[in-house]
Amino acid sequence: MAFSIISQAGVAAHPGSAGRPYVEDCAIVDRASHPVIQVSGLRKHFGDTRAVDGIDFIVPRGVTAALLGGNGAGKTTTLSMLLGLLLPTAGRIVIFGEDMLRHRYRVLPRMNFSSPYVDLPHRLTVRQNLMVYGRLYGLADVEQRIETLGSDLQIAEFLDRQTGKLSAGQKTRVALAKALLNEPELLLLDEPTASLDPDTGDWVRSYLEVYQRRSHATILLASHNMGEVERLCSEVMMMRKGRIVDAGSPRALIERYGRETLEQVFLDIARAGARFDPQAAAQ
Amino acid sequence: MSVTSVERPDALATVSPGRVGAMLLRYLYLLRSSWPRTLELLYWPAIQMILWGFTSQFLMTNSSYVARAGGVLLAAVMLWDVMFRGQLGVSVSFLEELWSRNLGHLFVSPLRPYEWVLSLLAMSLIRVIIGVVPAALLAIPLYHYSIFTLGLPLIAFFVLLLAMGWGLGLIIGALLLRHGLGAESLAWLAVFLLAPASAVYYPVSVLPVWLQYIAWALPSAHVFEGMRTVMFEGIFRVDHFLAALALDILYIAFGGAVFLYAFRQARERGALLQMGE
Repeated sequence: MAFSIISQAGVAAHPGSAGRPYVEDCAIVDRASHPVIQVSGLRKHFGDTRAVDGIDFIVPRGVTAALLGGNGAGKTTTLSMLLGLLLPTAGRIVIFGEDMLRHRYRVLPRMNFSSPYVDLPHRLTVRQNLMVYGRLYGLADVEQRIETLGSDLQIAEFLDRQTGKLSAGQKTRVALAKALLNEPELLLLDEPTASLDPDTGDWVRSYLEVYQRRSHATILLASHNMGEVERLCSEVMMMRKGRIVDAGSPRALIERYGRETLEQVFLDIARAGARFDPQAAAQ
Repeated sequence: MSVTSVERPDALATVSPGRVGAMLLRYLYLLRSSWPRTLELLYWPAIQMILWGFTSQFLMTNSSYVARAGGVLLAAVMLWDVMFRGQLGVSVSFLEELWSRNLGHLFVSPLRPYEWVLSLLAMSLIRVIIGVVPAALLAIPLYHYSIFTLGLPLIAFFVLLLAMGWGLGLIIGALLLRHGLGAESLAWLAVFLLAPASAVYYPVSVLPVWLQYIAWALPSAHVFEGMRTVMFEGIFRVDHFLAALALDILYIAFGGAVFLYAFRQARERGALLQMGE
């Protein structure tokens, strides 16, 4: 089953658009005509296990979208393939108009990634880590960029501390700093607020909102934190057993399933194992 | 349909000195962050040199072989360390990325695998110089032996052994990519498997005939034979030099190919994100 976020990127997905629908709709059409991510027929099999089983989706420019699903749904596998860390068994990934399987090095400088499950070297200080990655991304003035991020992400006070000696919240902010070093046009996040306390989690979400608004970046995050997805994302792809079983804005999904929260929708999908049938619900 | 078969390396000819330098900087930061690591680099070559120095002094009066050239064992142990440290320099820097679970971040950046390999080789050279040069200098006041008296051939021996160490380091790196940290001990032990056939302290002719065939397939055996010829007879054997050079090219080409293949396989399996402690 193929899902296109383009076709579902409606006005309701962009809360600020209600008073100026025409302009907003035009903007959506413009974004839709230049999708940042185009995935078709994507599969990843590990032996008999179908981690990702034929998914299709498009993420337009400037949208914050989510891959939502339980453990083992295929979210991280999908992100890994988008990043080029994992080679697909079949399918096509086009990012910024480039085929990722053939020209990933044309695309990688324009994107970045953060995950609490992939560490930065512990023995290097935060500044040293950022310096190394800044140079890997070929930044002209790495030191200035580190100072700016240090201030923005409130990590300046521990820039010269070893990364391994930071708290979970501090590490998350440092990982975010690394992910934003090159001011990516596409940011992929794997459970960006996992294992964070509510206050730090809220701070990270707020920062991402600010970054997205300021840079008009496209953000795709994998998560099973419903509150986070509802707050950050205008588009959601629900994954189960390696497939996208439904997609749409959080509001549209909630309405379609006749539920009050996205978490209830998630549970419907996770437990039913199939796409919700509105007619059956009506009966 | 497998899409992986259509992938080709993107811009293979592009090597960015900036990215290679960034990785080198990463390993230098690491070295600088821990004085025990730097001490460890100096420690073993110096201890080996001191041990073999005393052994040489004893054998000078008890062995006609050693008496022919007093520094033959010292030169051998120092040159062996060049190869061992060369291999270890590649392997340990590689292991640092596995220990810190950093591969996932590295390879979503524009860093190419071959740029990473170049930085590993450069770091290996730095580690060899830090480890072996002080030991060589220490031998001068302690045993009145300077390996630098070998002259220009020393440069050839150094380069040939370092290159063999690099080739082995890349092969071990490939095994680590394939088997993860379960193969870590190979990084420390593999080179010693080649020590008997490398004829470090004795001529190749001492070996059983079947082992001599293996010895002549190793660049190291040619180097150590060449070293003894220089020390005993004052002759630089070009045939040994060319054989070692040709074998080194083969070893590095094979090591590089196996490493890049293993890297690709790791991407097939998703090991770049998972690999670590």
